[in-house]
Amino acid sequence: MNSEKVIFNFFIVLALTLNFGFVFGAIEDPAHHPVYELFAVIVVNLIATILKFGDRTQVGAILLSTSLVALLQLFVAAIIWFVANYVTGSGLTPAVMASIVSLSAGAVLANVVSVILLLIETVMLRR
Amino acid sequence: MDNIVYVVFRRMRQPLLTLLLAYSISMLGLVLIPGQDDAGQPWHMSFFHAFYFVSFMSTTIGFGEIPYPFTDAQRMWVIFTIYATVISWIYAIGTLLALIQGEAFQNALTIGRFARRIRRFTDPFTLIVGYGSIGRELVMALTNRQQHVVVLDSDQQRINVMGLQNLREDVPGFCGNAKNPDNLMRAGLSHPQCAAVVALTDSNAVNLKVAITSKLLRPDLTVVSRADSAEVEKNMESFGTDYIVDPFETFAMHLSIALQSPGLHLLGEWLGGNSHDPLAEPIYPPQQGQWVLCGYGRFGKAVYERLTREGLDVVVIEATPDKTGTPPAGVVIGKGTEATTLMEANIDNAVGIVAGTDRDVDNLSIIMTARELNPDLFVILRQNQRTNRTIVKAVHANMVMHPSQIIANKIRLLLATPMLQEFMLLAKGEEDNWACELVSRLIAISSEEVPDVWEITIDETDAEAVHYALTTQGKVVTIGDLERNPRERKRHLPVIPLLMVHHGARILLPRKDQEVSVGDTILWCSRYSVQSKMAWTLQHPVALEYVLQGKTVPRSWVLKRLMRH
Repeated sequence: MNSEKVIFNFFIVLALTLNFGFVFGAIEDPAHHPVYELFAVIVVNLIATILKFGDRTQVGAILLSTSLVALLQLFVAAIIWFVANYVTGSGLTPAVMASIVSLSAGAVLANVVSVILLLIETVMLRR
Repeated sequence: MDNIVYVVFRRMRQPLLTLLLAYSISMLGLVLIPGQDDAGQPWHMSFFHAFYFVSFMSTTIGFGEIPYPFTDAQRMWVIFTIYATVISWIYAIGTLLALIQGEAFQNALTIGRFARRIRRFTDPFTLIVGYGSIGRELVMALTNRQQHVVVLDSDQQRINVMGLQNLREDVPGFCGNAKNPDNLMRAGLSHPQCAAVVALTDSNAVNLKVAITSKLLRPDLTVVSRADSAEVEKNMESFGTDYIVDPFETFAMHLSIALQSPGLHLLGEWLGGNSHDPLAEPIYPPQQGQWVLCGYGRFGKAVYERLTREGLDVVVIEATPDKTGTPPAGVVIGKGTEATTLMEANIDNAVGIVAGTDRDVDNLSIIMTARELNPDLFVILRQNQRTNRTIVKAVHANMVMHPSQIIANKIRLLLATPMLQEFMLLAKGEEDNWACELVSRLIAISSEEVPDVWEITIDETDAEAVHYALTTQGKVVTIGDLERNPRERKRHLPVIPLLMVHHGARILLPRKDQEVSVGDTILWCSRYSVQSKMAWTLQHPVALEYVLQGKTVPRSWVLKRLMRH
């Protein structure tokens, strides 16, 4: 067993599960989507991205790019949350919440691709 | 460049993770710990404010406790976060700095920068392998003639020295073992503009490997190699190395030319000299009498053979004849640095002495002792170390043989003006009077310094106007036309056409009425700055028209219409 592999896979799968947990629920209801979860999702995604740095293989490059896509989506969601709360002061209206959650849902897709690639690589290794 | 990005990312993984962790824990704590607003109501910091606070706190900018003064519980947490985040930052920055200064990173950077410089070459360049004393002379000589050079050497120290030298062109240098073909490729062997490869390392094996690699990968390249033994020379010849240079043989040939035809020797010295050097004095080695030759190594043997072929008596002095072998006429045993040995070799009646051992101190000592015994000697001195230049100069030898300089000079001529080599070969077939006459013509056109020698080809790049006039307009252009001054056609530029290749035939000193045609190459000789004057005639249609006809034709459409009516 390789502890580095365990940590690597742990964070990639955790990024997906947390992300899914945040998105799950009625799309317009702020009560279903706590901001703490968004924070956790962003942090875990950042960790997953940094772990993917410096891998020169083709799979490594695709893994890194999926993570970057997920991060981009999540950052935009966080910025919308910030603008709604502090710049316009409108608060988390159903429309705002919907756009935050849908952006995070996009990040879920990117994380799914990431996990699938991980599975493919594992199957290809056959060890 | 890719390399560098990956190196940075891989090494920065750990510090970035630490930083991220410290940030997120600090932010989470700030969000969870309750505070009070200015009205004393319980208040929770949002993630946005927490991120803002941690950002300025961890970078030690410190704007204070905003938006509301902290409670003591919050302050306790902040104490912890200050240490955690500040230390994480120091760790990250420290790692980055160590990485940038690290050898691996610097290497990756150097290779990347070098590859970029090579890729950007748009002019033909020469790849020189080995930057020892010969390489240095050659790079100096080629850059002085505005030729591009790339240097590969296995010693970083030598590459560093290059940066300190005052070279006229920017010369990319790369440290790597030339035996590895990858390094040769990196240094530009596969670059389409690479015109020649010169192998000059101290090791015959490396030179051989470089020559083979170059010939296999790029059969069209000119490959020049130094060879220190006849065996290696044969080996290199077998796979088509274009030029193999043996310094001792080359000098011996110079010597025999000087003996047979001093004029021709002087001509070679002047035309092949380094740019802007003063013109060399003519030398007249005695053609009769007895010579003393000290040192019967490779140099001694080459000189001995030439001198005896000219019918001169040669007495050889050698300290270790059992190692070097003995000439048929026998040998005087000794170094030649003591008067007794020289007396034994009959120095009193000798006309010349060759100090040809491989130690400069011995050579200088031989000459000083010999001159005391016989002040009228013609002195030939072998110089081994470049650093001994000043003391060698002080001896005022009639001829100095410096192997690295001879190789460098010969290779420079081969690469820069291959036609000059051909010219000298043809000139050898002429009488000495012919050479003396040419020498006096050279004196008339040059100004106390080595003349400029250059080649032109009548084609679209070198001579666009002439090419157009010959092909499209069907005009006749002669050598005499090209010699005219494009500002005042009745005057002539001070040039001498040395050699012309016309339809494959070689014409030595072509006459003024010789016609030129497309594809001809002409070797010119003149003082500096004349080449650029002649370029007007070659490249500019109006200047050419003026030189040919004596009238200026209009270029613009309107003037052309007006002139016609």
